[in-house]
Amino acid sequence: MNSSASAPAKTPGWRQWLTTDAPASRRQARLSAWYRSWLAFRSNPMAMFGLVILLLLVSTALLAPVLAPHDPFAQNLSTRLSAPGANGYLLGSDTLGRDILSRLIYGSRITLYIVSLVALMAPIVGLFVGTAAGYLGGWVDIVLMRITDIFLAFPRLVLALAFVSALGAGIENAVLAIVLTAWPPYARIARAETLTIRNADFIHAIRLQGAGALRVITRHIWPLCISSLVIRVTLDMAGIILTAAGLGFLGLGAQPPSPEWGAMISAGRKFILDHWWVATMPGLAIFIVSLAFNLLGDGLRDVLDPKKSAR
Amino acid sequence: MRSDNSKTGIAIDGLNVWFGEGENRVDAVVNACFTVPEGSSFGLVGESGSGKSTILRAITGLTPTWSGSITVMGKNLGRSRDRAFYRTVQMVFQDPYASLHPRQTVDHVLSEALYLHGFDNPDRRITQILGDVGLSRSFRFRWPHQLSGGQRQRVAIARALIIEPTTLLLDEPTSALDVSVQAEILNLLTRLRKERGLTYLMVSHDLSVVGHMCSDMAVMNRGKIVEMLTVDHLRALKATHPYTRQLLEASIQKRRETAQ
Amino acid sequence: MTPLLEVNHLTVKFLTRSGVSEAVRDISFSLGRERLGIVGESGSGKSVTGRSILRLIRRPGILEADSIKLEGQDLLKLSERAMRKVRGHQISMIMQDPKFSLNPVMRIGDQICEAYRLHAGAGKKEAREKTLAMLETVLIRDPERVFQAYPHEMSGGMGQRIMIAMMLIPDPKILIADEPTSALDVTVQKEVLEIMDALVRERGMGLIFISHDLNVVSAFCDRVLIMYAGRIVETCRADRLHDATHPYTIGLLNSMPRLDRPVEYLKVLQRDAAWDLAPGVSGIADEGDGA
Repeated sequence: MNSSASAPAKTPGWRQWLTTDAPASRRQARLSAWYRSWLAFRSNPMAMFGLVILLLLVSTALLAPVLAPHDPFAQNLSTRLSAPGANGYLLGSDTLGRDILSRLIYGSRITLYIVSLVALMAPIVGLFVGTAAGYLGGWVDIVLMRITDIFLAFPRLVLALAFVSALGAGIENAVLAIVLTAWPPYARIARAETLTIRNADFIHAIRLQGAGALRVITRHIWPLCISSLVIRVTLDMAGIILTAAGLGFLGLGAQPPSPEWGAMISAGRKFILDHWWVATMPGLAIFIVSLAFNLLGDGLRDVLDPKKSAR
Repeated sequence: MRSDNSKTGIAIDGLNVWFGEGENRVDAVVNACFTVPEGSSFGLVGESGSGKSTILRAITGLTPTWSGSITVMGKNLGRSRDRAFYRTVQMVFQDPYASLHPRQTVDHVLSEALYLHGFDNPDRRITQILGDVGLSRSFRFRWPHQLSGGQRQRVAIARALIIEPTTLLLDEPTSALDVSVQAEILNLLTRLRKERGLTYLMVSHDLSVVGHMCSDMAVMNRGKIVEMLTVDHLRALKATHPYTRQLLEASIQKRRETAQ
Repeated sequence: MTPLLEVNHLTVKFLTRSGVSEAVRDISFSLGRERLGIVGESGSGKSVTGRSILRLIRRPGILEADSIKLEGQDLLKLSERAMRKVRGHQISMIMQDPKFSLNPVMRIGDQICEAYRLHAGAGKKEAREKTLAMLETVLIRDPERVFQAYPHEMSGGMGQRIMIAMMLIPDPKILIADEPTSALDVTVQKEVLEIMDALVRERGMGLIFISHDLNVVSAFCDRVLIMYAGRIVETCRADRLHDATHPYTIGLLNSMPRLDRPVEYLKVLQRDAAWDLAPGVSGIADEGDGA
């Protein structure tokens, strides 16, 4: 009797399993928390729109050789500066007769590469610096935050320019330069979050269990800071793409002939009045991807913001 | 020597606690003295800003600016507390909505306490403590937002007790809860103290709660202990200090009018 | 005689992702020139009821009622603009924490003056005199100093007196006080309640006093509605609260620790699922019920 009653309960639908109020294992608790966030995220159409565009970007980058109709480096001077649609170039060709569509498709790889490297490095540096400064306080706070202030005091692009010209042009150096200029705001955010969390009772409680500073910071403060950093990083992505494009435009980022979007605009600017598509197409690509990141960031803020979901 | 000391759970002597330095210095507690025998239950009563919670914070080391002497289970405490101290003394906070980490399940909270103090057999201990605080096994993997205020406070009590301390500091453990839930939590605390022989130091603004839970109490006003009295004196309304009488009147008058 | 306020079949629903939750379920009550207490635990719908009277339920909340009549006029039929005139002028509300209700960057005196001028259309000088007089009536000893002060400089008890002054200066007909003293110390609580009581009596106002504290309500009100899970489960004269018959009310009264009745274990309220399903009672005062 008892077993027959519990049998159907043991094999409920996965949806029911995920939305249960009484998870039966650590894994289920975590998965159901994620699933609930996903449900909240899914109900925001703009954020979903952003996510879809970014998924398209990722699959474009992965499938570039399959998708690209031409070789992005193949030159054909007889069909240079073809208008969109002419000579079999869907988005036209550039000054050396290379297919712009194919270059954009391959260029997405470079954009993603820059974006993911920066997104991995800058917030982590900021998280370390900010939480340590906020939690430990005293002279650690003073020293770390003054260093942060020094980096904040320079305009971003100017500092990046200085770094790249010192280190030499190239994608890796451009990424490094962007990271060096991008981390201070994250440190600030992480410190501000830490200061509000530090005096919460649940932090006192774990300290009264005998946990040391390192454990409190990494296990208890980080999980609460990460969501606001993720939001901020996503919203900053547009700026990072633009900075990367700006460096490319100035000839300090990716070097020709690599199809970096900023460099493509730069190359097209000479013909912008007669052959608008050469600069406009990569510009549109940058615009769409930046917009997608912004929408995604807004959506994530609605889902992840700890201040909203605290109660 | 040891056996002498073991009769005293907590001894506070000439305790001063202050915040800020120099001109900004605010004295939160001035020359507080009291002792709590092992296995008994002692109450600190007062209104907001009277310094009653500050004493708990000084004992736990959350507030480092204090002078005087604090002795817990025969050990005189210095500036820093080691893990062995936290094995013996645990605290339950006032607001159950603020005292649980919003991104950690009940299981996580309890496992971490066990891990920090090197306990074996976490599965058995967690199941056991959840039963002891009156939560069914299905609560083990829940998130704080899936719990009511009373359930959260039970989890907070489980977190404090799972490492088997001898002394529990209770900072207004029921003031954020509804009266019916307050009764459940107070009963739980009474039962646990009986079963485990715990020493309680309880802070509250509510005389009737302290009168129910504690055998002795100190009444605090503006950082000073103005009167010490036993629960029998309190019930017989034999308080002498005018402030205590005022508190007593405020809490009894309300009821008298009900009873009329 | 028509009562000051009459609420008929009020229901408030909240649409959430997991479905519809009903915070208030089909309650009716009336208010004369009396002090009406609404008691209940958290989640019983007592605060939502208070806010519904002022139509302060925001989406995703939905307010449904046959009528909410203020001296015969149905508030539900008023435009949002007309409703703004009702709020503050005819019905005022005091919240639990004065810190959230006062503008932190404006002097206290200016805030009260503004409230008065909006209502009476009076000049600056008259508003100032009226404000100082009002601060005096809430037993503030040096009204001039408080007039110039900012909200953060005030203690909790002082802040709540200021809120009372501010809410009463337009001479409303009804005052809704939502847990006005819960954030205050017991000794201060008494003073604030006495001030509020005296003013309400003097002006012949209706008072709706929302609280979780049975003792305070029974000592301070004329009539009490006890709410449980969105319904009024019992209504009685405040001084007869200890004669309450509903098991929920009895359970609540018994679960409080008492100095004169020491017990080892307190009686715990046993909730009955039947309470959820049973229809509520009407809180409309009939002849002879209002003291």
